[in-house]
Formats: sequence, structure tokens, C-alpha cells
Amino acid sequence: MEPRRVPRTVSDPKVRRVGFFAPPDRSQSGPPDPTSSSPPVSQISPSGNSLSPVMIPPPRNLSSDMSRHFPPAPISPIRGARGASDSSVPVGSYNPSEFISPTATADFSPGRSRKGNSAEFASSLPTGGIGMVTQNNVPASGLTTVSTVRMPKAVTEKERLAMGEVQRDQQAGDLKPLKEKMTKAERRALQEAQRAAKAAAKSEGSKTQAAASGANAVNANPVKAPKVTPSKKDSSSVAASEKRDGDRQPDKDRKKDVPHPRMQFDDENRVEKAKKRSVMKQTEARSRVELFRHLPQYEHGTRLPDLESRFFQLDPIHPAVYKVGVRYLAGDISGGNARCIAMLQAFQESIRDYSTPPEKSLVRDLTTKINGYVSFLIECRPLSISMGNAIRFLKTRINKLALNLSESEAKASILSDIDHFINEKIILADKVIVKHAVTKIRDGDVLLTYGSSSAVEMILLHAHELGKQFRVVIVDSRPKLEGQALLRRLVGQGISCTYTHINAVSYVMHEVTRVLLAASSVLSNGTVYSRVGTASVAMVAHQFRIPVLICCEAYKFHERVQLDSICSNELGDPDAIARVSGRTEINYLDGWTNSDNLQLLNLIYDATPSDYVSMIITDYGMIPPTTATNAEQDAPRCRCPSSRERRQEVRDIDLPPRPATDAEQNAPRRRCPSSRERRQEVRDIDLPPHRDYYDSNRSPSPRTRDYHKQ
Amino acid sequence: MWYRSASFILDNRKLRNDAVSYLESQQLSPANTASSITMPTENPDPKISLYYQTRAAHHGVVTTDWLAQAEAAVTCHSDDDPSKNSVGGGEDSEERFNVVDEFKNWRKQPDLAEAVAAIKALASVIRSTQATTMMELEIELKKAADSLKSWDTTSISLTAGCDLFMRYVTRTSALEYEDFNSAKSRLLERAEKFGELSLKARRTIAMLSQDFIFDGCTILVHGSSRVVLEVLRTAAQNRKLFRVFCTEGRPDRTGLWLSNELAKLDIPVKLLIDSAVAYSMDEVDMVFVGADGVVESGGIINMMGTYQTALVAKSMNKPVYVAAESYKFARLYPLDQKDMVPALRPIDFGVPIPSKVEVETSARDYTPPQYLTLLFTDLGVLTPSVVSDELIQLYL
Repeated sequence: MEPRRVPRTVSDPKVRRVGFFAPPDRSQSGPPDPTSSSPPVSQISPSGNSLSPVMIPPPRNLSSDMSRHFPPAPISPIRGARGASDSSVPVGSYNPSEFISPTATADFSPGRSRKGNSAEFASSLPTGGIGMVTQNNVPASGLTTVSTVRMPKAVTEKERLAMGEVQRDQQAGDLKPLKEKMTKAERRALQEAQRAAKAAAKSEGSKTQAAASGANAVNANPVKAPKVTPSKKDSSSVAASEKRDGDRQPDKDRKKDVPHPRMQFDDENRVEKAKKRSVMKQTEARSRVELFRHLPQYEHGTRLPDLESRFFQLDPIHPAVYKVGVRYLAGDISGGNARCIAMLQAFQESIRDYSTPPEKSLVRDLTTKINGYVSFLIECRPLSISMGNAIRFLKTRINKLALNLSESEAKASILSDIDHFINEKIILADKVIVKHAVTKIRDGDVLLTYGSSSAVEMILLHAHELGKQFRVVIVDSRPKLEGQALLRRLVGQGISCTYTHINAVSYVMHEVTRVLLAASSVLSNGTVYSRVGTASVAMVAHQFRIPVLICCEAYKFHERVQLDSICSNELGDPDAIARVSGRTEINYLDGWTNSDNLQLLNLIYDATPSDYVSMIITDYGMIPPTTATNAEQDAPRCRCPSSRERRQEVRDIDLPPRPATDAEQNAPRRRCPSSRERRQEVRDIDLPPHRDYYDSNRSPSPRTRDYHKQ
Repeated sequence: MWYRSASFILDNRKLRNDAVSYLESQQLSPANTASSITMPTENPDPKISLYYQTRAAHHGVVTTDWLAQAEAAVTCHSDDDPSKNSVGGGEDSEERFNVVDEFKNWRKQPDLAEAVAAIKALASVIRSTQATTMMELEIELKKAADSLKSWDTTSISLTAGCDLFMRYVTRTSALEYEDFNSAKSRLLERAEKFGELSLKARRTIAMLSQDFIFDGCTILVHGSSRVVLEVLRTAAQNRKLFRVFCTEGRPDRTGLWLSNELAKLDIPVKLLIDSAVAYSMDEVDMVFVGADGVVESGGIINMMGTYQTALVAKSMNKPVYVAAESYKFARLYPLDQKDMVPALRPIDFGVPIPSKVEVETSARDYTPPQYLTLLFTDLGVLTPSVVSDELIQLYL
């Protein structure tokens, strides 16, 4: 039985490291540590060449960003304020790794870092709408942590070069605070710095021009007072992009296979960084609920006009993508499938219009382009998990393109891949789900559904077409009231419906026989991530012992594990819950939304624990929530190493193609009772599932044996 | 044999007297050949699941209803099917008749599981086919499997066995590269192996479960599963000291058959009426049940009464173990008790029932996975939640 198992290379035994460590190899996909921001300064070894043993792993892809932040250390001691401004940056919670850049910027001159001074500056960057005073050196009020660092006087030559600019900027009255974080691999940082210096020197002339144009671009925004910061940012990013074209390619590639940590919006440093990259000017909402500060929240209403006004400046964004983004922002497209299809079709459009620039390879350039689009879309609205999966699919396809394809062939193949994805994973999948789900609807059933889901609607309509006699209870909730649209369509088809709000769900539940819910995503521990309110409905149904059926296409499955709806969620417009349109007499909160004491929380999603779910209906059939992991056949990272193996074994046992069956049965495998649960937990912590260990124990490969001997 | 207490001995003696005398006239050892049983050839009463008819025949527990039906069947259908009892000799005209009859022949062997009988019948379809291409053969097989499945829709393992076999045939990539005859013989080979699997699977399960039976334990058994019997037999052979409570298992009286078998093995056994499960649960260390089918949620479909037994056991924190071969894994997902194809079976109340009184004649219930502790299968000892993993692997 052993030889059948895929030989496992155990050459580097996986050791789980706890706490701070320095990964020896940056490309290894270890757990990035996104949230821990800055280690104590003293712990950072002064010389860049040797990493201190106790250290937070350096971010994998800091290089490309580094150059942007490279410029200028202000000469005078500057107070950096962490947590000074809440400015948030539009990077969504679900980011493909490419455009995320590691949070920490390192700004070093050799001399400085040798002295062990690491300065951490959060720039109180003028963000436009906040009205924060940025013209003096005083950190903005409301700081939580302030680290004051004295900058060394010794400034290297290249810094001085860059400083010319700074001084110009400062004459304009703006303080250019510098952000710096020392958690990086310093050696790399040094290299970056040197390169950046070179580039800066080289492009000195062109830079000023670029800076000017950048400034114009920003200034075109009528809302904002002309500020120099953006121009500087632009200029440096121009330099950065110039350089990126040249020697940065390998780094960019390396980034791709690194799973990207989710952006935490309460991490000032990262927020600042992301802000610099952002296409759109966004204002963050003022008072956010403390528990949800890590999620992006913007002033709704300000972003759409801003984006519209900047249409002609968003050069790299294809109009189709722009259109979709604006519609996301405006809320015209909602619903997982609709958003995903719209996005994919926009990508198709852009790929149709795409032509590879000279001296670039289609694969790489197109991927960069897609990344740009994606980050733009994220700024419009954080990606849903299904969209993330679709993007991942698209990128894999692009990367797998044969090199000898001509451009038109490559484009055609990508376009047809996208078509297939839409047809098979979404449209056909829905049909299969409907087919499965209808078998669970009997005559006389009372079906309860929550909100509006395309899949559930198709199921209900199809069951009605089949002549099943049933009644539907539609539970709805403010502020979206999506259920009304569903209600209208169902009633239009002649289905008898009851409409109620979620407040009454515990009352209406006793007459219900089945609860049909949709999901935005199903996570690998069976948690259902769905429209907020779903969890309450499922919980009530569970309490009444009514089966809860979740309809979810398999492309929405994700390998993440989430235990609550806090870690990852999306914040909607707080005004939507503060205000009831059309009823002026109850608008008690008018004008109160700016109050410091008032925090409005409009969550978009919630997480339903798998305990409340009886069944998940996917295109692979009806499965219990505990099996969600295996249904995600296509997500490449989702598969735990053991599952394929196990499938192999099962096939062999049950259908005895080979004479080995005998051996298999004589040495039966026993699974310990909790293995599955444990496996799931373990996966969460990124440790390879314990079977890894288990298997290698049982069948040491020759290499392992050697290893042990040594 | 070691006896735990005086009551143990008393129980034992009493049981033996009872059971043996009760069953003396009717018992039928599984070693007997099938020819001694007269079986209804067609389903004489659509209200009775064929599955349960066969079971009754195998277990030799004959109810009055059943006898009446059997007699009626024999008189009505004089064309007795044992006429064709050669295994491979199904070179008949109509495939459809052939496969069902074949299946019935096989099914008469008491030790042969339904699924295996189905596999064997399908194998004989391959043997006797006149098809000349794989495609033809496949279509023919599909038809045969469908007719088998539709012949008795209530049997889960029959359906599952057919599905597995079909999947096996259609998924063999090697078939495409060889000439038809060798491909055919390969298919036959596999079918044979699959047939052997039945007995082997029981052995495997029996071996696996030994570690869970400890000396001095009391096991409650509900239903008459051949796998459970095998488990207990192996445990007895391994000189484990334990005693067994058998539920009566109305209306099939499966418990009588099982207790009889166990008594033959010198295992102390005590019969309970079905409603005494909760009463005696405090003495019980573990519950052992078989399964008609293991469904995708990890729950089981089994003889009526399993659910309540599991509920009682759960509430008293006693483990519930299920012994089931992997070919009983079915791609079903009942949401509740009524969400199944109903399998009906007559109930002999001993007294005439007024026509206004409705009788619940369902033969089986669904036990949700949360009430099961472990499943002993030939794939290993599984938690209920792994079952659907395995199912997805099997069928996808």
C-alpha cells in the first residue's frame, strides 16, 4: 500500500516556527506577518547583512515599493505620528498578492541604519477631505502611538539629491514627513536605496517634468487644495515605474507565488503606502467602530463624483473596467455572480483591445495590466471571494500560456478560457444546483429565504415550473431591502409568498419546512460567508430544527478559515442605516453622524458557523458543510496535500483494479475520530495538515531515512 | 466462557431457552443453500419492499403475512425462477430479463450482499453480451443497471453497487487501447474481484472493530446486520468476553435471528423488546448497528428503530458504532426522516387492525450523523464527516 502513495519529498522537514523568525528564503511561502508592525528598534540588527535571529520575516515583495518611498529624509528631527490619521486606503480585504506591497518601507542610508536608529514615521499625509492640518510639524491630534525619532545628521549623497526636491516642497509650506519602518530585510533595502539613488540622479531632469504633470493631475481635482505631496508621490512613482520596467522583473515574478496577507486598515503604515498607490482619492469615514477599524471605510458619496471626474486621467484603466468599477461603486451591480461576470467580461473587453508593447512579453505585461485593473476594482469595492477565485483562475491561465503562441492566439485562448469559466463555473453550475435543490422541495413545503439570491430564485422558479406546490417566505432586512425585488419576481410568476422582515423571523420560522440560503462564499471549515443576517436566520432555523440548505457554486469555495465575521468583512455606507429615505420625521440622526460619540456600523457580510448548516448544494452535488474543502476542486491552493492521495487510496480499495487490494485490507487504515476537525484547524494555521507528518511517519521515503541517519 | 455476574448467567440461560425454543422450528442457518427457500419471484405486493422480502427469506424468520404472500406468490406465478440457476449461462434473448433474474439467483445466497449480487449479475451481462464495441457494451450495461435499479428502488446498496460498477466500467481508460475481447475479460476480472470484496470487507471491518470491544463490555445491537454478526463472531473468536443485548427488531424479528446466531457462538445474549432500549441503556457500553445505506451527510439509513436507539445512546453518552461496507455508501442526502424513498414492509400486529386505523409501515429510518460516533468500513474507521469526503472521491 505504501508504494502507491505519491512519494513525498521530505528533504526539508517542515518545522513549525512560532514567534518571530527570519525566513531563510524569501520566496518560501511562509506566513507573512502582516499585522505586527514594528519590532522594537533595538532588536534590529544594525548591519543589513545579517538578519537577527529574532525578527519578523521581511516582507516578500518590498522591493518595488521601496523606491517610491525612498526619497528624502527631512533634515530636522521630525515627529512621526503613528495612528495620527485614519486615512484609509482602498485596498480590499481580498487582495491578490501582486499589488500589495509590504507594509513597511525602509528608508535607509547606510550610516543611519548602522547607528541603529530606525525611525518610524507615519506621514500625516494630507488626504484631502479630512481637513487635517498638515502645515506644521505638530502631529495630528488623536494619536495613539507616537514614536519620536531623531534623524541622524549624516545624510548620504543620494539623499541629498532627493532632498533638493524636498526642500522645494517644503517651501511650498508642506511638511513631507517620511515614513519608515525597520522591519525589512535591510540588505535588500540598501540595494534598493542605492538603485533608487542612481535612478533619481539619472532621471533628475525628467522627474521635474513628471512631477509637474503629476501635480497637475492631482490639482485637477477641484476639491483639494493644491498640495505638493501628491506631486512628489507621483514623481517618485514615476521613477519607480521606470525602474520597474528595467531590473525589477524577477522581483515581480517572485511576488506572484507568495500568498498575500490581507490588508489591515488599522495599520497606519500600510495604509499610507496603499494610499500612495491608489488611483482614487478617498476620504475615510470619520468615526468607525473600534472593532472594525481594520476594514476600509470611506465616505460614501464623495468617491463616485471623484472617480467620474478623473475618468480621463485614469490612463491605464481600460474603459470597460472603469465602467464596471464605477458601477460597483454606485452599487448598480451587486450579487456575487453578477459582479464576477461583469468583471470577467470587462477583462475580456480589455484583453481584446490589448496589444503587447514592444519588447515585453504578453504573459508578464498582461498580468501586470490585470493587476492594475484589479487594484482599481478593489478601490471601488473590495473584492468578493468569488471574484478573487476568478482572478486567480485568470492569472493562472495567463501564466500557463504556451510561449510560442502568437499574440492573437494567446488572446483568443484567454478569451475562450474566460468564456468557459463563466459558462461552466457560474451558469452551468447554477443549473446543476437548481437540479439538485429541486429534489429537496416537496409538495406542501414552506420555503424560507433571506434577501435576494439568483440561485435561490432560480430554484424556486424551477420548482414552480415543475408544478410543485409550495409557499415561500421571503425574509428581508434594511437597508438594502433586496428581498422586495425577489418578491416581485416570484409573485409575478404566481408563487404564493409571504414577505417579512428579519425581526419576525423567529415568529415565522415555526411554519417553515426548509430554509434556502445563498452564500457569498463557503470557507473550508464549512463556515458560510454571506449577506449579513444570514447567520441569524440560520441560527433560528437550527433552533427550530429546520434544515438549512445553502446554495453555493463551487467556484465560491475558499480555503480560508474564518471563525467570526470580524476579521474579514466589508463595511457599507453608514448613512444607509442612519437614515430612512422618505421618512423625514424619523431622521433623528440627521447631523449626528459626525458626532464623535456615534459610531455607525453597517456590515455587509456575516459568517454562519457550519453547525447551523444542514447541507450545501454545489455543482458537485449535495454535501455536508464539513466537506466543503473537498468540493473546491479548482482552487489550486485549496487542496490539502492529503486529499489527492486519499482519493487515490479510496479508488484502489473500492474498485479493485490491482491485486494490491489484499494488502490494503490487511493493513487497514484507521482514522482517528477527530482527525478531520483537527485537520481543518491546522490548515488555518498554515501548518501542513497533520497527515503530512502522519504519512511521513508511516512511510519514510528513502531520503528521509538518510536524513535521519545523518 | 467467563461470566461477569450471576445475572449474566441467568440472562444467558433464559435467553437460550427462549430463543432456541422460539426459533426451533423456523431457524435457518446461513450455511444452508438458497434452494431451500421459496422466494416470491415477482414482487407480489407493491407495498412490501423487495429488499425486506429477501431479508426475511435470508434470515428465515417467517411472519404470517409473509407466509401468506409467499404462498400466494407461488401459486400465482408457477414459472419458478430457479429454472435458470447456472451463473454464467445467461445467453438468453432479452437482456433485461436476464439481468434481473441473474440478480435474483445471486441474491439467494444468504452471505452475498445485494450490491455484490448486482455486480455479479452485471458481470454476467458482460459475459453474455453480443456487443462488438465498448460503446455498445456500455450502453447495454447501463440499461441492465437501470433495470436492476428500477426493479427495487428501495434498496440502497443495490443502487450504490450498480453505480459503482458502472462508474468503474466507464472510467477505465485502459479499455480504449485494447481490443474488445481483452477489454471484456478485464472487466470480468474486475467484476470477480468486486464480488470477493463483499466477504473480505466484512472481515476487514471485523478486524478493525476488535479494538473497540473490550472485555466485560455490554453491546447493544439493533437490527440484523451480517457485518455486525461478523464483528461479534470475530470478537468471540478472539476470546473477548462481552455480552450482547439484542433488540427484538419488530416486525422482522431480526433480533431473534441474531440472538440465535450469537447463542450458537456461545456469546451471552439477551433479548429486549424494542421499547426497552432506554430502560437498559445504562448497562450498555456501546451500541452496534449495521446500515442499509450510508448517506452523504455521514448519517445512516437503517432498520426502523436505529434512530431512537442512537438518540437514547447519545443522551446517555454511549458510543454508537456503525459497521458498513463501503459499497453501501450512497449519494443520498436525506434532510429528515421523510426525505427518503419509502421502503414499506408489512407489520404483523397479531390482531386484526380496523381499517380506519392507519399503520406506519416504513421499514427504515435515517439517523443523522451527529448521533453516530464512528463508522467501521473497509476503508478504515471513519468519523461520519469523512464519509462524504470519501463519497465525493468515489463519484467525482
